[in-house]
Amino acid sequence: MSPDFVIAAIMTVVGLTTPILLAALGELVVEKSGVLNLGVEGMMLIGAISGFAVTVFTFNPWLGVIGAAAGGALASLLFAVLVLGLNSNQVATGLALAIFGTGLSSLIGLSFTGRIVPVFGSIFPDALARHPYLKVIFGYSPIVYFALLMVPAVAWFLHRTRAGLILRAVGENDHSAHSIGYSVVKVRLAAILFGGAMAGIGGAYFSMVITPMWAERMTAGRGWIALALVVFAGWRTGRLLLGAYFFGILMALELYAKAAGFSFLPSPFWAAMPYLMTVVALTFISARESAGANAPACLGKPFLPST
Amino acid sequence: MSQITRRTLMKVAGAAATASVLGARVAHAEDKVKIGFIFLGPIGDYGWTWAHNKGREQVDAELGDKVETVYVENVPEDASAVPIIRDLAQQGCKLIFTTSYGYMEQTLEVAKEFPDVKFEHCTGFKRADNVSTYNSKFHEGRAVLGTISGKMSKSGTLGYLGSFKVPEVVLGVNSFLLSAQKQNPNATLKLVMIDSWFDPPKEAAATETLINLGCDIVTTHTDSPAALQILEQKGLYGFGQGADMSTFAPKAHLTAIEDIWGPYYVIRVKDILAGTWKSADTWDGFKEGTVKISPYNEAVPADVRELADGLQKGYKEGTFNIFTGPIYDQEGTLRVKDGEVISDADLAVMDWFVKGVESAS
Repeated sequence: MSPDFVIAAIMTVVGLTTPILLAALGELVVEKSGVLNLGVEGMMLIGAISGFAVTVFTFNPWLGVIGAAAGGALASLLFAVLVLGLNSNQVATGLALAIFGTGLSSLIGLSFTGRIVPVFGSIFPDALARHPYLKVIFGYSPIVYFALLMVPAVAWFLHRTRAGLILRAVGENDHSAHSIGYSVVKVRLAAILFGGAMAGIGGAYFSMVITPMWAERMTAGRGWIALALVVFAGWRTGRLLLGAYFFGILMALELYAKAAGFSFLPSPFWAAMPYLMTVVALTFISARESAGANAPACLGKPFLPST
Repeated sequence: MSQITRRTLMKVAGAAATASVLGARVAHAEDKVKIGFIFLGPIGDYGWTWAHNKGREQVDAELGDKVETVYVENVPEDASAVPIIRDLAQQGCKLIFTTSYGYMEQTLEVAKEFPDVKFEHCTGFKRADNVSTYNSKFHEGRAVLGTISGKMSKSGTLGYLGSFKVPEVVLGVNSFLLSAQKQNPNATLKLVMIDSWFDPPKEAAATETLINLGCDIVTTHTDSPAALQILEQKGLYGFGQGADMSTFAPKAHLTAIEDIWGPYYVIRVKDILAGTWKSADTWDGFKEGTVKISPYNEAVPADVRELADGLQKGYKEGTFNIFTGPIYDQEGTLRVKDGEVISDADLAVMDWFVKGVESAS
């Protein structure tokens, strides 16, 4: 295997991994606050069309990314109002958001079909970004570096800051957090909005970086993989990063195996792989109690203060 | 023309029920013959459904004074298609086109309930007295793309992005590579089936993979322009699928196979108006104008254009067929003897790849 070959393969893996890493990081924070938002796919699609639309109008991909984050956050706000304000069922509301986001993005996208924007490519000088070897480090869109930086940032926030401690407290025992004066609803609202923004940016990676165009349902189910990834990672940021790349490598491996002319596994098996791996990981987590201690105790339960 | 979404369809169905209670007087108000269309995707998908909708628009343009067309988009290929097709029949459509393979059983089911309504199922193979099937010889277009690729590929390694191993895709792969090998006998083809008609991220990653494995031209039998955009970024070449996709990749887009359904739709609608409609199986190509090649990119040299044009002419005049022996399969076994031609019936069920296809899928 030549270095060129390995570098190109690595770059494909990074492209496959980045959007699910972003969306899963956001969902991790949401779930840590005790809320299960299954609408990731819908928020990613709304982010994808928002980012694309803003880029079309402003010619500025940076504003596009901000637009994507805002779009995703707005979509999640709808979820937050229903789940936090009206105490609706989180699973049902999340699924509804996934469907709503798919439909709304298609509707907005009608007037953007067939248009293109410039690729939101590397910001480094060509000497680095197009260098045959150094491009493996410098040849990506800024969103890739943002995603990688957000991993330690989220870990630091959750485990080294007071706000992170409060967020985890709300997720572990909402009534106790409430009784000592923290606003469960406000904390969860902030977490949900963060999750929406991250999913939105993840979606924009599809419509602005990989293929700079809008196509209906272009995320093609990556939001569901991101959801599986959070569980696979056992709600830990470090493992989330490893898991995201593990899933990315699996997806690339399928394509390489097929293109190289051997398929030692039937195709549907490859498609099921991320979910299958999640089931395996869950089995491990439940077998080893210490590994599963990270599942937030209040996950998915509505907060109904007694007073 | 009137547009119908699944939601408004419910209202329409309700209104239709009311109308039938009111009696036949309402029916008299209808002068125009209604023609229905069931679409798989959104009409703005720039591919499969977009092309079918163009065909519908041609019916409107040519016969708009006599007929009225209605359509439903995003109809799933499962049991939920049945009530949607049935509703079109109940609205009084005299002819209904169901434009994807996955509507086969559903079309037949509704056709049984409405013996007076005629149905046309696209790419299927099951017919009834009031159900026809029709398809397009996309593989003839693939022969043109293969010819261009055989001439223009420097590495001789061609990439092919497929959806599923169904005859339509297998035919395309074989036609493409056989044509390329006529220009470059050493041409080989790497094939990736992505198990979907539409998955832009996966199409993009698969294209990168094929490029990394040495392919300098990648063609697709999946519905999005994702592969073209990757090729554009890498400075390589590819082709549009189903429609001219040059806006997505002005440099990489050498040409495209366009699906032209209009002429067939017009003929069948005229048959309905004249009362001469009969159940049939139609498989048209270049000759009938169902398959069309988009304008060539300026990167295509004159001698290659000449070859590609000549091949189209051969198909139009019936003097050329790429599936003429000798043809060897992947293992090198002679499957078609020298001078023999594979019949349409055999093509319709083809499930083996020709020599040079490096794929196990």
